[in-house]
Amino acid sequence: MPSNKSVSDAPITQFINCRILRDNELQREDLWVREGRILDPEKLFFDEQGYADKRVDCGGSIIAPGFIDVQINGGYGIDFSQASEDVSDGVSFVAKKILEHGVTSFCPTLVTSPPEVYHKVLPQVKVHDGGPHGAGVLGFHLEGPFISAEKKGAHPEKYLRTFKSGGLEHLMEVYGSLDDVAIVTLAPELPGSQSVVRELSQRGITVSLGEHRSQLLLVSESVSVQPGRFHALSNPSVSAVVQFHHRDPGIVGLLTSDRIPAGRVVYYGMIADGIHTNPAALRIAHRAHPSGLVLVTDAITAMGLPPGRHTLGQQVIEIQGLHAYVAGTKTLSGSIATMDMCVRHFKQVSGCSVQEALEAASLHPAQLLGISPKKGKLDYGSDADLVLLDEGLNVKATYISGEEVWRKGQ
Amino acid sequence: MRLVILDDYDLASEWAAKYIRNRIVQFKPSADRFFTLGLPTGSTPYGCYQKLIEYYRHGDISFKYVKTFNMDEYVGLPRAHPESYHSYMWNNFFKHIDIDPANAHILDGNAQNLEEECQAYEQKIAEAGGIELFVGGIGPDGHIAFNEPGSSLVSRTRVKTLAKDTIVANARFFGNDLSKVPTMALTVGVGTVMDAKEVMILITGAHKAFALYKAIEEGVNHMWTVSAFQQHPRTIFVCDEDATLELRVKTVKYFKAANLHIYLYMLSIRLALA
Repeated sequence: MPSNKSVSDAPITQFINCRILRDNELQREDLWVREGRILDPEKLFFDEQGYADKRVDCGGSIIAPGFIDVQINGGYGIDFSQASEDVSDGVSFVAKKILEHGVTSFCPTLVTSPPEVYHKVLPQVKVHDGGPHGAGVLGFHLEGPFISAEKKGAHPEKYLRTFKSGGLEHLMEVYGSLDDVAIVTLAPELPGSQSVVRELSQRGITVSLGEHRSQLLLVSESVSVQPGRFHALSNPSVSAVVQFHHRDPGIVGLLTSDRIPAGRVVYYGMIADGIHTNPAALRIAHRAHPSGLVLVTDAITAMGLPPGRHTLGQQVIEIQGLHAYVAGTKTLSGSIATMDMCVRHFKQVSGCSVQEALEAASLHPAQLLGISPKKGKLDYGSDADLVLLDEGLNVKATYISGEEVWRKGQ
Repeated sequence: MRLVILDDYDLASEWAAKYIRNRIVQFKPSADRFFTLGLPTGSTPYGCYQKLIEYYRHGDISFKYVKTFNMDEYVGLPRAHPESYHSYMWNNFFKHIDIDPANAHILDGNAQNLEEECQAYEQKIAEAGGIELFVGGIGPDGHIAFNEPGSSLVSRTRVKTLAKDTIVANARFFGNDLSKVPTMALTVGVGTVMDAKEVMILITGAHKAFALYKAIEEGVNHMWTVSAFQQHPRTIFVCDEDATLELRVKTVKYFKAANLHIYLYMLSIRLALA
């Protein structure tokens, strides 16, 4: 049949025989893509009298928006916080590998480091779209150094900082540039943090609260004072334990705080690898505030490496199954679960629906970063970053801008 | 006319869908000779569309060489509105089959000049060689398409104001808010449908029984516009038992017997040919 597309000559792909995640449910609908974006087939039919050039039979798969990992420190032997000459190559290597996990966009994360590291690493990687070369980079996630010494977790204490007078200037001194930064994790109880948070929000940077021992009042003030876009992402890697006391509910209380302005959502990150977060904690958080749950891998350098011993920088890590220990000890050195593992595990442990599990890895991180509905959704006009999954939520294929960038078995 | 009575809605839908399927298949449409089909909307033909989609999926029928002309569309309702007839046809039929979008015609209720739109539609039908089979429904007030009581029985495609009955009947699709229901529509005329080679009217449900009675057991009357088809050489009324509730027992018995004879006759031919 001759085609007649008055709006564009670009080829149209129709994904058939699939269930798509749209409007918070799995719908039995075809998915149409043109020029890297989801297309409205009804408009195509009536306005352009057009139809598909190519049909992709998905064999009953689920199609979800591509996963977005907002907290990943490295993988496959690459450490993003390492001040090397070829940071860009390292980020690209990981970007390509995580396509296998259904991740189509991510925020390379730097842990607390001295200013020299930020000055060297940050300029080397720009925000850029994904493609066959790898997942898209949405911007850096700078986790520290403005976090509290009390709950530093794995962050090296000697590099932790407080805000000197002139909060944002000091921050700029440490980081050098904020041009390609998407998220900054800091401790809200550090004096001077309020103005810093405000300034960062105004620049479109998402601010994450990295300290779990804050009084609820203080944390809520931080959240409520911001104009524009502000999303609090409670950061699980910084503290070892989520403290909850009935007179000081801490971060857990924040999830259901009445001080959050209407229409504003608090997002909280959870590593659902079955090791770093107690299943009960995951369930409580999900039930208390399901729409704010953001799955993150918080993956370390050892993610993706085979079992056994590996020397990574100054450390020797031992990988056993899903656990990564400091070699010779039972001390966990970080998370090595992949994003798709986290999605499956979260669903299993929390008893949530398939839709909720998928949204926690796609819609919610996109909303957190303020890039929805362009990313994280399959609405008409959204970017066609897709992940095809089977019933068990195993990744079968990954697409970026409507182009297949990874397929299982190839 | 022929009156075909099935036990329930599902069977009536299936009978109608099979009839349409068989007609298209027997016509053997091709690039030089399209099958032109007139189509309705509403809850009555929904089951029929479902069945047609099933037959398409099964490979029993293709709509590649079929041109469709819908009966009507609301005026002033955005095309993307979920209750527009464009949306109905896309969601319930077009998106599931292989029809060429250029061959699916529906009146544009948002056209700049509504009269011109109506005239152009008549023109398109004429250019397509007329309608081979026009499928329609019947309103509780006996209207065909939006030819409300009082419409000329020789009318053509035009703008019509909707009757109160129709607006009330449609309110359920607009959250039961009468103020949200469109008050005008573009519709093919009674004359337009009468021009078709064959007409098939679907009528199901007890609430349509009185209209069916008025349409086939009383005279031709512009207050019950479906009655015009008493003067069409080839009309089939397909209904379920509930829709026959206001008919005379004699009428129902006659047509049930007639259908049995037709069925047995067709069966004997098939057996003879086998």
